[in-house]
Amino acid sequence: MPKHSHSEEIAKIEEVAIELRKSVIEMLLEAGSGHSAGPLGTADIFASLYFHILNIDPKNPQMPDRDRLVLSAGHICPILYATLAHRGFFPVSELKTLRKLGTRLQGHPHINEPPGVENTSGPLGQGLSQAIGMALSAKLNDQTHRVYCVGSDAELQEGQIWEAAMFAGNNHLHNLTWIIDRNNIQIDGYTEDIMPLEPLRQKLEAFNWHVLEIDGHNVEEIINACDNAKAIFERATVIIAHTIPGKDVDFMQYKFEWHGKPPNRVQAEKALKELRTLAGRIRSEHD
Amino acid sequence: MIADEAKLNHHIFTTKLNELPTRDGFGDGVVIAGEKDENVLVLCADLTESTRSNKFKDKFPKRFFETGVSEQNMAGISAGLAISGKIPFIASYAVFNPGRNWEQIRVSIAYSRANVKIIGAHSGLSVGPDGATHQALEDIALMRVLPNMVVLVPSDYEQAKKATIASANYKGPVYIRLTREKTPVFRTQDSPFEIGKAQILMTGNDVTIICAGPIIYEALKASYELNMKYGIKCEVIDSCTIKPLDEKTMLDSVRKTGRVITIEEHQISGGLGGVVSEMLSEKYPVKIKRLGICDSFGESGTYEQLIKKYGLGIDHIIMEVKKLISER
Ligand SMILES: Cc1ncc(C[n+]2csc(CCOP(=O)(O)OP(=O)(O)O)c2C)c(N)n1
Ligand SMILES: [Mg+2]
Repeated sequence: MPKHSHSEEIAKIEEVAIELRKSVIEMLLEAGSGHSAGPLGTADIFASLYFHILNIDPKNPQMPDRDRLVLSAGHICPILYATLAHRGFFPVSELKTLRKLGTRLQGHPHINEPPGVENTSGPLGQGLSQAIGMALSAKLNDQTHRVYCVGSDAELQEGQIWEAAMFAGNNHLHNLTWIIDRNNIQIDGYTEDIMPLEPLRQKLEAFNWHVLEIDGHNVEEIINACDNAKAIFERATVIIAHTIPGKDVDFMQYKFEWHGKPPNRVQAEKALKELRTLAGRIRSEHD
Repeated sequence: MIADEAKLNHHIFTTKLNELPTRDGFGDGVVIAGEKDENVLVLCADLTESTRSNKFKDKFPKRFFETGVSEQNMAGISAGLAISGKIPFIASYAVFNPGRNWEQIRVSIAYSRANVKIIGAHSGLSVGPDGATHQALEDIALMRVLPNMVVLVPSDYEQAKKATIASANYKGPVYIRLTREKTPVFRTQDSPFEIGKAQILMTGNDVTIICAGPIIYEALKASYELNMKYGIKCEVIDSCTIKPLDEKTMLDSVRKTGRVITIEEHQISGGLGGVVSEMLSEKYPVKIKRLGICDSFGESGTYEQLIKKYGLGIDHIIMEVKKLISER
């Protein structure tokens, strides 16, 4: 793949991702419930999307030609909220209202609440269809923006996903990019023990998608893959992003037990310490 | 005023009761049902621990099936198993089971009279912080309109356990609605349970309170206070079976009191309030006040906050009873 981005830009995004992870930990601690593994695992993807890839304007969240980001796996919304806040859609201080009575940061996201949230999700398997509708509408209106859908891997066990995948394949939705958080976990265990998804690439290819596979923690690969998708004119693109659930918090990494659990105070402090050390290392590497 | 036949915990108002979620009642009940009949199976869609299906899985690993996140598929498979003589329990959250797979339930299970037991966990407001997407406030309505379907809404651990065992013994489709949060276990092992039978928990002549689900405990406490403070005597009826409705028990009470309040963690239209209103408007019209969710979605918040906000707490119940009494 061609090298598109300068290393400073990438270092900046990597630093953002660490900040987002810190916010996720703080939010979950404050909320006392919510999901840890998925949000930490997708921080690099969200940082890359909102700080480089997406054409969006936090001051004008309803800009008609903005790129759309549809979150399908609504339970990982702490990372979406953290990203939107750090990108300037609403104050970072609002993050601590997550899951509390009266908040705009509902336990699972509600459309337009807060600004920047493009769809309602939580029940798995619905987001890809919603994204397809938005991509179709853009085509009908001769609009050139793109629609991105971020989903989880276990939601591929839902039939609706494959109904949607079939439709996108049949309708040549070149303006649609679907990113699958391939972290290999779900609630009851590892996906391949619960209901195997492999060979995933071949399945998606058989549904007529342009399939890319990347390291979901490598910012350059994330950006290059999204650029590559723009260059494909006949097909929708799906990016299988291989990630580590709970990334960068040592005691959470790879553990399905952290799917739907928040850290307690001691754990949160430990996690934040690790993340601070990591941020320092990234900064010094690029100085 | 506590009805002796209900065999409730004697210390219901005087000590802090042991608390357990109704889902635990299912978890323990289905193991007992499984011990009695080897045809009992459990299927679960990636929520084995939260639905408490794990107890059955540990005890009978060969009779437990993990379907992954696929509730529609799970409903269909269970129909096939039931048609072949098995007694499958299918478990997920109520928003998905029967929310997502309603049409599969309608045709493959209800219309086919397949002997499937549908377990809808985390119903009502008990998932609190998860927010509206996960708060099943429509599931009673969805299930009570289906012909052949029995609808059970247990109100404590003991009743949930008995309802689970009874549903395994009953031949035909059954929906059991469960909750996530711990709630007081105000019944005892001796409390009677029968599908289709409403139970008078407290006797009184002034107003009939009809409830289903753990919110009954709020109604009992409110009734206790109404009697102590104002001398108002409520008759509290537990309608765990929403369908088929025990019309006789309700009519006998309403003929005496002439006033009804229904209380539920569900939309007031289509749920228990709807069922009771429909029945009484045909058979014995009286003044009715339905407490529940009034045509809105839920939201994030703690269970206690939401109960208060949506007008289901003790203070609210007391206020509504007094209002209803003063209206005549
Ligand atoms: C239709 C539906 N069924 C069940 C659930 C409950 N649920 C929430 S997340 C999840 C699976 C988690 O696996 P995955 O989607 O891969 O997310 P990860 O744990 O990797 O973040 C389930 C079954 C749901 N949200 N929607
Ligand atoms: Mg996963």
